[in-house]
Amino acid sequence: MQAKKRYFILLSAGSCLALLFYFGGLQFRASRSRREEHSGRNGLHHPSPDHFWPRFPDALRPFVPWDQLENEDSIVHISPRQKRDANSSIYKGKKCRMESCFDFTLCKKNGFKVYVYPQQKGEKIAESYQNILAAIEGSRFYTSDPSQACLFVLSLDTLDRDQLSPQYVHNLRSKVQSLHLWNNGRNHLIFNLYSGTWPDYTEDVGFDIGQAMLAKASISTENFRPNFDVSIPLFSKDHPRTGGERGFLKFNTIPPLRKYMLVFKGKRYLTGIGSDTRNALYHVHNGEDVLLLTTCKHGKDWQKHKDSRCDRDNTEYEKYDYREMLHNATFCLVPRGRRLGSFRFLEALQAACVPVMLSNGWELPFSEVINWNQAAVIGDERLLLQIPSTIRSIHQDKILALRQQTQFLWEAYFSSVEKIVLTTLEVMSSRFLPYDNIVTDAVLSLDEDTVLSTTEVDFAFTVWQSFPERIVGYPARSHFWDNSKERWGYTSKWTNDYSMVLTGAAIYHKYYHYLYTHYLPASLKNMVDQLANCEDILMNFLVSAVTKLPPIKVTQKKQYKETMMGQTSRASRWADPDHFAQRQSCMNTFASWFGYMPLIHSQMRLDPVLFKDQVSILRKKYRDIERL
Amino acid sequence: AAEPGSRPSAPRSFAQPWRPPTRRDPSRAAVAPALRYEPVTERGAEREAAVAEECEEEAVCAIMCASVKYNIRGPALIPRMKIKHRIYYITLFSVVLLGLIATGVFQFWPHSIESSSDWSVEKRSVRDVPVVRLPADSPIPERGDLSCRMHTCFDVYRCGFNPKNKIKVFIYSLKKYVDDSGVPVSNTISREYNELLTAISDSDYYTDDITRACLFVPSIDVLNQNTLRIKETAQALAQLSRWDRGTNHLLFNMLPGGPPDYNTALDVPRDRALLAGGGFSTWTYRQGYDVSIPVYSPLSAEVDLPEKGPGPRRYFLLSSQMALHPEYREELGALQAKHGESVLVLDKCTNLSEDVLSVRKRCHEHQVFDYPQVLQEATFCVVLRGARLGQAVLSDVLRAGCVPVVIADSYILPFSEVLDWKRASVVVPEEKMADVYSILQSIPQRQIEEMQRQARWFWEAYFQSIKAIALATLQIINDRIYPYAAISYEEWNDPPTVKWGSVSNPLFLPLIPPQSQGFTAIVLTYDRVESLFRVITEVSKVPSLSKLLVVWNNQNKSPPEESLWPKIRVPLKVVRTAENKLSNRFFPYDEIETEAVLAIDDDIIMLTSDELQFGYEVWREFPDRLVGYPGRLHLWDHEMSKWKYESEWTNEVSMVLTGAAFYHKYFNYLYTYKMPGDIKNWVDAHMNCEDIAMNFLVANVTDCHLVKVTPRKKFKCPECTAIDGLSLDQTHMVERSECINKFASVFGTMPLKVVEHRADPVLYKDDFPEKLKSFPNIGSL
Repeated sequence: MQAKKRYFILLSAGSCLALLFYFGGLQFRASRSRREEHSGRNGLHHPSPDHFWPRFPDALRPFVPWDQLENEDSIVHISPRQKRDANSSIYKGKKCRMESCFDFTLCKKNGFKVYVYPQQKGEKIAESYQNILAAIEGSRFYTSDPSQACLFVLSLDTLDRDQLSPQYVHNLRSKVQSLHLWNNGRNHLIFNLYSGTWPDYTEDVGFDIGQAMLAKASISTENFRPNFDVSIPLFSKDHPRTGGERGFLKFNTIPPLRKYMLVFKGKRYLTGIGSDTRNALYHVHNGEDVLLLTTCKHGKDWQKHKDSRCDRDNTEYEKYDYREMLHNATFCLVPRGRRLGSFRFLEALQAACVPVMLSNGWELPFSEVINWNQAAVIGDERLLLQIPSTIRSIHQDKILALRQQTQFLWEAYFSSVEKIVLTTLEVMSSRFLPYDNIVTDAVLSLDEDTVLSTTEVDFAFTVWQSFPERIVGYPARSHFWDNSKERWGYTSKWTNDYSMVLTGAAIYHKYYHYLYTHYLPASLKNMVDQLANCEDILMNFLVSAVTKLPPIKVTQKKQYKETMMGQTSRASRWADPDHFAQRQSCMNTFASWFGYMPLIHSQMRLDPVLFKDQVSILRKKYRDIERL
Repeated sequence: AAEPGSRPSAPRSFAQPWRPPTRRDPSRAAVAPALRYEPVTERGAEREAAVAEECEEEAVCAIMCASVKYNIRGPALIPRMKIKHRIYYITLFSVVLLGLIATGVFQFWPHSIESSSDWSVEKRSVRDVPVVRLPADSPIPERGDLSCRMHTCFDVYRCGFNPKNKIKVFIYSLKKYVDDSGVPVSNTISREYNELLTAISDSDYYTDDITRACLFVPSIDVLNQNTLRIKETAQALAQLSRWDRGTNHLLFNMLPGGPPDYNTALDVPRDRALLAGGGFSTWTYRQGYDVSIPVYSPLSAEVDLPEKGPGPRRYFLLSSQMALHPEYREELGALQAKHGESVLVLDKCTNLSEDVLSVRKRCHEHQVFDYPQVLQEATFCVVLRGARLGQAVLSDVLRAGCVPVVIADSYILPFSEVLDWKRASVVVPEEKMADVYSILQSIPQRQIEEMQRQARWFWEAYFQSIKAIALATLQIINDRIYPYAAISYEEWNDPPTVKWGSVSNPLFLPLIPPQSQGFTAIVLTYDRVESLFRVITEVSKVPSLSKLLVVWNNQNKSPPEESLWPKIRVPLKVVRTAENKLSNRFFPYDEIETEAVLAIDDDIIMLTSDELQFGYEVWREFPDRLVGYPGRLHLWDHEMSKWKYESEWTNEVSMVLTGAAFYHKYFNYLYTYKMPGDIKNWVDAHMNCEDIAMNFLVANVTDCHLVKVTPRKKFKCPECTAIDGLSLDQTHMVERSECINKFASVFGTMPLKVVEHRADPVLYKDDFPEKLKSFPNIGSL
């Protein structure tokens, strides 16, 4: 009896509670979802019943009926050839593209060759433009024969087209028209750094460029003709012709944050085009880790336009040293000036200070080939006030990567006028030859009289597999700076370090073979061919310039030829003292072409793990190497 | 004596006893019943009753025990207490039980409620949508503005800064538009556009709040311009509630233009609206504003075409398009005539029976081929322009893993803003069509295979469904608005297999840090003061040492007084730790001001200062690697099918022990904050293998091997044998092997790389006066 009652009570209570929770839960859920709906909208908007895209059960028709695709295309009667011709007559000037404004037939025979007009007497050419022309003439693309050329470059200085500038060349229009190869600018490339002048700074270069291509700084996306023009960075007249300074980053600091988060120091224009952004910078300046300093002092009559902030800004401006700021900042603001590009860009890039771009509509330099998101933060002038929170939200690992990328880009493409020019030409030539095949394999370079054993080659190869980007070999040499003669010296003496590995017995990547034949200028290669010497030095220069690292010497062995052993009677070129002097002068020539000394010393060599250890020779894998 | 360089002196097993999981068991037990009762709601009362019975017996038992307890006190009280307690227990128990049931109910019911409400929505039909009448004189937007760019025509303030860096997309609800006379403006919505809008509404981008939206997508279907009445469609766009000259509106169009001139962009006047279009030419495409999308191939959903592996294919070059201009057909014919069998030009079949779908067949003379299967037989497939630049065949071709040869001057390839088409296609100018065969032949086989794989991957990721197309489009726009959070080139372009395999070294820039910076030595110690002082004295002789940090890992004992420490020329700091953990050695202390860190155990007394200085010089050349002295190896044990740890003198090395090793301070951060899985805790709990973990971490993140320096094999005491006691200790070896297996499974791969070389000074063992060598004191074992 009692048990029955107990069960009954238990069951009824249970079912009551279950019902209660069932309905309670249902209501709770419903009210919650309703609340969500309300919180998502504000009073102005009336909620529509379907806040998600409804799933229609209808059998809908496809967007294209089968027969349309089949039949439509064949109705067209205009022939593709006619269409091409029509295009090239319609799309001129601002609508130029390679298809419509470039004559590919000129490049068919000799490939991408560049001709520079001879300089005329009495024509003044600014140093920067001279540097550009010299860089082209020193490059592998250069040809002195206009009939072989695919691209033409003017010897008239077109860099500065600001009428108020002292560098401005007058009567360019008529001078250009009188060139007999001009052909309305077809296949011509025009370099320009400054265009337009106060007050509107248009992007017009002040003469009719016809169908010519532009390599222009501060070019805007609206005026940029994709895959036709090239955007180049603005560089100062002090920018070195060759070589160029290395980036400021010497080591990666951890954590990657520096003393200042964001810095800028520059002029403020107060009025006119491009002044808005810089005028607003003080809103973001906090005097601690965000230093955005502007000065009103520029031009003669700045006092006239002066606003209420000027005095305060100017005193703040004087307080900080720009170099010090560059070295100690994580991010550098690069706001537009009067024109879209500014010097701040290259300065920041070199200083490993991640550029924060504030220049709406600027087609960034070499955007065709460089992904700037990996090296810069691309901001929006309209969102200036969000910049600090944006950059603070960037993860430290990302900063580390961004910073290293700035250095890579600076050293590869921007550090000298020559690099900028070569990159420009490289971008253009890649439009013609997109299918260069570089087979990725090792090259074992052995002279015919080498005395390396197979074990030695085997070991060198396994080492190379670990360091495929370097030259790995046996005989090592070193360079040094000869202070008394003020030139580079070459030594084959036994030293504690080395910077070259002779390619008489070395392994390196085939890619360097490719670079050797395609990247180096004819002048250097001719020199090597004539001397029948120095090719190994040149290869070491090339590889170290690319990798920024020393080569690798393996094991103790220093000689690799019978003749080098000295005792043989055969007269060898190695015994020739002239040979040695030649190599010395080679080195100096190469260093001057590269613009700096790329070779780097190393103090280590790589031996097999058990090399000369006191264990049974049977346990060692590379036994032959132990014998000298 | 312990194994050289592997572990500090701290007695591991005593300091931090391994806690067995038993302590947690009670709580687990408490959770278990709840899990057991969850299914109750589904079955109903039967189960409930059964469960109740079971529990009730337990309750009775509990009562019995209680009564026994009371029995001792006095018999008089028993009967009353019994009844009272029974009722009390029953109510208590039923409350607990029902609470559990209710939890189950609460867990399960709401889901079914939601799904059922969804059902009611799905019942709506396109025929029921509200009708909007467009007066004949309602405004028409201006034609598209060719100079529009994100910074001029796009209102970025609508998107704002948000922590997720995601744009919000609103979709207008579906309407049916009719003109003044009641004639519909267009088909309400096509299957594909419905799919597209569904995909957006299911994505993270979607918002139903028009005021918060950054991007607006009209539900007016303009995928195919053929089906549109242009003027009326434009009017329909203009009357959208937030149209505002089309600012931040996104239109999807795959087939633009119409006869006779076939414009390459949608002809519907759309003012500032963004256009995701298939078939842009370089003259209509507003770079950085519009998005070039593929023309969706309806065959993608209808035909099943599994991926075909690499290997020779029957035809070298194939043309499968049906409607080609005679001029092209002529040129293709010439190619076929010249190269014979390896070129196949297909056309529409003329004599097919009615019931065969003609799109699925192609013919060459009298031979009939199945389409798109035939594409898998070819290495290269021609994609020629038709009336329009964008061709659906591109999608089919990619899917078949056939490398597209795009011959359509001025065509902007789909998603070209982010996809690297050079990796998956060959673009040939129309003028060079006659040379196409020789151009293609110059491509090496390896590259072709890569392109085929890449083509298939592009299709899978960005072409295969309307959803994929829609999401890629939104992602591109998202990347423009939040460029600092943009998806990288690799993420867009690398197929998953490459992505998993490739490692981007965080210290990728080749830098040789200046020697002047020097290194910081970190000595982890427990209580071996005498040995510690010897190590300190030895290390302090190294010229490049800039600071010495002693990590005092003993909480029970204070470090010796300051006056007792050896006097050295560089700053010496002692850090006291809160817990005796091995990971303290790898903590990125603020005191470390140099990039280079030398981790050294407190008993490594045999390393000479020449050896250490040389090690530092080698590290400068390899700042992203572990550069160390004691080398070890991992081996695959075929019998046991697992990894094995090896400390014998071998010809190979794959680890260096951090008992004496140089490495970059960055790896301290990685070890402390980014170590995958539970490795860090596991190491601290086992008091072992922190060095192996570090080797795994560095190898995994840099994809580089280590560098072993100098021949030295003995590290601790001159009198002990090179391989001393502990290394031979079997349990130790087993434990270390276990570590390797454990870590390999956590990392999901074996990142360690085997090398056969070590670094020695250039003049090591050379017959040369010792005093002229930079590092003479190297060479003893």
